[in-house]
Amino acid sequence: MSTKDLRPGSALNVSRRTLLQAGAGLIGGSVLPASMSSSAWAEDHAAIGTYPAGSSGASVFIGISVPRTGTYAVQGEDELKGYQLAIEHINSGHELIKKISPKTSKGVLGKELKYGVADSAAKPNEAVQAQQRFITENKAVMITGGTSSAVAVALNKLAQREKVIFVCGISGSNDTTGKDCVRYGFRQNFFGQTAAAAIAPVMIKEFGKNKKAAYLTPDYTYGHTVTKSMQDFLAQAGWTTVTNQVSPLGAPDYSSYLLNVANSGADVLINVNWGHDAVLSTQQAKQFGVLDKMKLVVPYQVPFIARETGGLMQGVYAATDYWWTIEDKYPLAKMFNEAFEKKYGYKPEWGAENAYVSFAHWARMVEAAGSFYPPDVIKAYEKGETVPSLVGDVHYRAEDHQAVRPVIIVRGKQQKDMKNKEDYYDVVEIVPGEGLMQKPDAFGCHPGDYT
Amino acid sequence: MINWPNFVSQLFNGLALGALLALISSGLTIIYGTLGVLNLAHGAMFMIGGYAGYLTYSYTESFVLAVIAGSLFVMLLGIAMERIIIRHFYHRPHEDQLLVTFGLGICFVEIVRLAFGSQSQIVPPPAMLQGITSLGFLLYPTYRLAVVGIVAVALGGLFLVLYRTRLGMIVRAGIEDSVMVDSLGINVYRVFMIVFGIGAMAAGFAGIVNAPVVSLTPGIGDDILVQTFVVVVIGGVGSFPGAILGGLIAGEIISITSMFNPGYAYVMLFVAMTLVLVLRPHGLLGTQGRE
Repeated sequence: MSTKDLRPGSALNVSRRTLLQAGAGLIGGSVLPASMSSSAWAEDHAAIGTYPAGSSGASVFIGISVPRTGTYAVQGEDELKGYQLAIEHINSGHELIKKISPKTSKGVLGKELKYGVADSAAKPNEAVQAQQRFITENKAVMITGGTSSAVAVALNKLAQREKVIFVCGISGSNDTTGKDCVRYGFRQNFFGQTAAAAIAPVMIKEFGKNKKAAYLTPDYTYGHTVTKSMQDFLAQAGWTTVTNQVSPLGAPDYSSYLLNVANSGADVLINVNWGHDAVLSTQQAKQFGVLDKMKLVVPYQVPFIARETGGLMQGVYAATDYWWTIEDKYPLAKMFNEAFEKKYGYKPEWGAENAYVSFAHWARMVEAAGSFYPPDVIKAYEKGETVPSLVGDVHYRAEDHQAVRPVIIVRGKQQKDMKNKEDYYDVVEIVPGEGLMQKPDAFGCHPGDYT
Repeated sequence: MINWPNFVSQLFNGLALGALLALISSGLTIIYGTLGVLNLAHGAMFMIGGYAGYLTYSYTESFVLAVIAGSLFVMLLGIAMERIIIRHFYHRPHEDQLLVTFGLGICFVEIVRLAFGSQSQIVPPPAMLQGITSLGFLLYPTYRLAVVGIVAVALGGLFLVLYRTRLGMIVRAGIEDSVMVDSLGINVYRVFMIVFGIGAMAAGFAGIVNAPVVSLTPGIGDDILVQTFVVVVIGGVGSFPGAILGGLIAGEIISITSMFNPGYAYVMLFVAMTLVLVLRPHGLLGTQGRE
């Protein structure tokens, strides 16, 4: 039988089911008391996005899309754990959440948080489809996702169109809060420009002026903007780019790129690749002797790279959002590390940290707004008040919705200096965020409307 | 201006890349040529070969045992897959065959992810093959050099089986016309099972031999599967020499293009495939009428 044949009864089944659903909806709608209809909950606000439908019950729904397969799967899982811990803490009114969002008792505005998880595989179309479903079917009041700036940019656009707040997961592209910024999107973590501004002075101090750099760059918005920022900052000290090896996301082999790097005469290899791409390209750089010829720098450090490359990060400088040993300086980081490790059995990396903090900040902003009405929540963020985080006090800029937060510069420890099996890095410097930020309009941010 | 030392290096690297692609593709192409089933789980079998070898290595610390275990395990898996599932699909539409192998591939990947997690696993090369070798015109990882030799021996072995044995004769006859082979009284279904096992073993063998070059992740086969298809299309479906030629061409295209514009290395692979499809729809060494 050809597949074009109609399976017997299939069309009928679908239409019958649809009919039943539609019928149930109609009957259900007609028997609801008038007080349950949405207008009664809208206070003085008109309906917008999933408001008020999404927050009219005893719980609210959050749509989470992280990569659980593909090149960024490891990072996506870490991120998901951070989200789950934050939701658990918010729902139970955990002490740590109260330090960041003091008005939180249990849930957000007394409503329990529920969530759905979808695998984005770091692909924008899959993330958008999943989130569209969470918005339409579950009336999500907030969506999150990232671990690929291509996904973050796509979800920015979805959030603005659907008027649902998007709390960005890991995203390093300048565009996320630059030319592709939106009114409905917020980013807590560091990004290309701040990474470059923080690590370039350290590199110049360590390696000197007028050096030759080779880049490994993933071929999408994240890679291009991070490489551009690094080139711009290093050029001020006379550094030049001798080769920029652009490769597709998930390239199965880096040998040809690395041969070009090996033959380029570079002094420093700047590996912008991320996720498994960074692990594989770094391992293969070692195999090809590239790491014996030149120094390696990872400007946007990949969570888990030190665990996965088996010692290749020793002595390597990297910029990151979070490293667990800063707990000596930041009490909230210590609380977070303990809670996370107790639940998951390892020290959290920055995917988890960013996930946790960005949810905690969202909870705080909703409590401050006193409502889930999105424009009010956005305005709470835009007040720019100082809010606690795991890396000290931070604030969100009204103009581009980017958090102004420090960047942590780390250097891989030698194995003999490691105090425990997860003590991979020395924290070289915690660079305050204010001096790292570009002017809000420098990357062409025009956030769009509230309604 | 061409940097000649780099050009020669890339030419050599293309050969090494191509050899591995040729081995994986030869498994895919003989299965498709004989059984008419396009095995979309081939990438997953490449991955399982790596993991089975990794598991063996972690218990025995012997790379040779890892290679043997990885290859044999995937061969047995292939035979089991053919006996339990695939044989029920020989007379069903191609779409059904694609879907069932695609589905099996997903199951394999997720089972491995469940067992080992997404973090990459490392299989070190044998001690005597670690380090870098100077070839005069370039420094090249010793193990990658060895891979070229290992793959050449494996392809030679496959060649002997296919062209110098009675089984190989039946397989080649089956590729040309399986109905005729069946009518000659040969148990074609037994041959199908053996071919599926050999094809799977080629993928499994490549998976563990390649493991020290990359690091293992559950998704490693997905990326290689696409390239393998390109190789088969370029070389000609069902053609063993075609898979070798296609593999070498693909390896060289990736390497040489990366010299001029790395961003286009993989794009050019598809451009080449399109050109072959337009000019020689049956592939460079394919024959019209094969399916």
